Amino acid sequence: MIGIGLVRPDLLGTYGDGGNATVLARRLARRGIEAEVVPLTTGATIPTSVAVLVLGGGEDAAQRALLADTALLRGVARAAERGVPVLAVCAALQVLGTGFEIDGRREPGIGLLDVETDRLAARAVGETVVVPGADTGLDLGATLLTGFENHGGWTHRGAGCMPLGRVEVGVGNGDGTDGAVSGRVVGTYLHGPVLARNPALADQLLSWALGDLVPLPDLDIEVVDRLHDDRLAVAAGERRFTDQVDRPDGSGAARGLGSTLSARARAQIDAAVSEARRRRRSRGASPGSS
Amino acid sequence: MSRLSRAAGRGEGSVIGGKLALQVDPQLAGRLAAPMTVALVSGTNGKTTTTTLLARGLAASDLTATNKQGANLSSGLAGALLAQPDAHFAALEVDEAVLPWALTELHPDVVALLNLSRDQLDRLHEVRATALRWRDALAADPPRRVVANADDPLVVWAVDGLERLDHPDGDRPVWVAAGLAWALDSSACPWCEADLVFEPTGWHCPSCGRARPTCHYRLEAGSVVTADGIDHPLGVALPGRSAQANAAMAYAVIDQLGVSTEAATASWGEIRSIEGRYQHVAHLGADLLLHLAKNPAGWADLLDLVEAGSGPLILLLNAQGQDGRDPSWIWDVPFERLAGRRAFCLGERGVDLAVRLDYAGLDVELVSDVDQATTRAAAVAEGRPVDVIANYSAFQQLRRHLAAAS
Repeated sequence: MIGIGLVRPDLLGTYGDGGNATVLARRLARRGIEAEVVPLTTGATIPTSVAVLVLGGGEDAAQRALLADTALLRGVARAAERGVPVLAVCAALQVLGTGFEIDGRREPGIGLLDVETDRLAARAVGETVVVPGADTGLDLGATLLTGFENHGGWTHRGAGCMPLGRVEVGVGNGDGTDGAVSGRVVGTYLHGPVLARNPALADQLLSWALGDLVPLPDLDIEVVDRLHDDRLAVAAGERRFTDQVDRPDGSGAARGLGSTLSARARAQIDAAVSEARRRRRSRGASPGSS
Repeated sequence: MSRLSRAAGRGEGSVIGGKLALQVDPQLAGRLAAPMTVALVSGTNGKTTTTTLLARGLAASDLTATNKQGANLSSGLAGALLAQPDAHFAALEVDEAVLPWALTELHPDVVALLNLSRDQLDRLHEVRATALRWRDALAADPPRRVVANADDPLVVWAVDGLERLDHPDGDRPVWVAAGLAWALDSSACPWCEADLVFEPTGWHCPSCGRARPTCHYRLEAGSVVTADGIDHPLGVALPGRSAQANAAMAYAVIDQLGVSTEAATASWGEIRSIEGRYQHVAHLGADLLLHLAKNPAGWADLLDLVEAGSGPLILLLNAQGQDGRDPSWIWDVPFERLAGRRAFCLGERGVDLAVRLDYAGLDVELVSDVDQATTRAAAVAEGRPVDVIANYSAFQQLRRHLAAAS
């Protein structure tokens, strides 16, 4: 039985990110590999059966409470050093960094990712599209990542990690990129949950975890593919409120971020959506689609 | 004016009337409310049901103004008062974010605080931020009396500031043990951030020692038990645990206002549906049973009801402003309990829902409209009722569609 470790769902469950663990376990089960979600509560030691660790977004108070759970966080760090893939969303991205700001005070993170977070001038809320970086070690093909961001963190990346990708729609870290990748530790601001919306990222984490021992056959779930494409198409047409996408230095509106999408980004997203639709058409109504 | 806006198809007349009235005279709501005995109801879930029970209960004693169809922003409140300017009582449901305005403008005699949990986080951002807004607003404009759900630590924290205040006419909070369907938004102690412990006897913090306050009213198997140990049957016909909790809160408010609780509870048995919820509708050969669930706490209550059945389900999910634009919360609902059931999904975010239910092991089909969903469900229902569950704006669309078809 393969475990998907869900870290402190009581603290890091505010934005539905527990769904990431469900998606990972179900995508294994559908391939005939027994898997279960293992909730990791206060002070828990992480069982060796846990193959992937998932941490979600939470509120400021929960972030501080998580920091107090030093035994569990040490376990997360040790697992990451062993090569267990880790997905950290939003508040967890900040906690896995070197430090972050709450109520004007800096709290130290656990330093798995070389990022430091302070506050955006205005909260970033809305549909978000990220073009994955080519040199992150993630094999996502030409897939664009879609998600919903809802945070006030301005995340500064150090030299020790790559961004997950370039932000086409939304704010992400605040510097035109989103998230951070270091080895098999992946941080992002995307909710949705991000693995429900981006099955390619889910399968990348699973491939890392299982290595070549168990090759993962393609899962063909019609509605999952459709969700990904629908959200991209919506993001391409979406006009976000300027007060929600202003860059921390106030440059957002001036750069047109708050208005409609750039022609380049729209063309890229349109191409990705029509490519996905073409792929689906060519597959036809294949068995296993639901 | 109300008739005009209804005739123009612009929705609830009282909202538009109230909006215009407030533009002309921003103090109008306060002036209308001044001679009335005003009770406000706020919280994430159960506002409409609690307010309906409260209004019906008060109306058993005297003329009562109340807001209809969940019109719980300032315009809806003003509209409700405007529609019944001679009322003796006002029973008003208030949006969580509008409560500070209502406290300032309406000087309520009693405020009932039900619960706080995740909902519309794109608008309200954090549950705790809403609790803080309440806390500040209650301290700035203390109402004459607060009736609060002692089982919700966030509610208790929001009221805690008030306990230390010495309002001239004020009393200490009146506590009701009304239960809590969803504790995941208060797992960290609001005072000291340690992990709270939840037990059947109530919650407590092992670190700072705060605990559920001693309650004046306790919900127990369809009755309210008062501090003197006497059992008062609520007589509520609505299904589900949350309706009982809402009735317990309404009971406490009525009792605190010194109004007859016997007359009130006697009126509650006739209430079979609340703004369309729990209502059976015959449509295209199916017996549809309508439910509203707009967040994980609401679903937590509803799952028990839905799980008891075996028929097909129709689920509608929208993501308009009042729904919250991020429906990620559907992943917090343990839909796995419905594995194997047939489900027809639709709405603006029907695809998100279909993905969630597919991974949960339901037999899912995406459909394009209510009639298609009903026809498909009727074909497999074999006479069983079809549970139809929608979130806020989807529920309003559904009701309009069914009303137009009948």
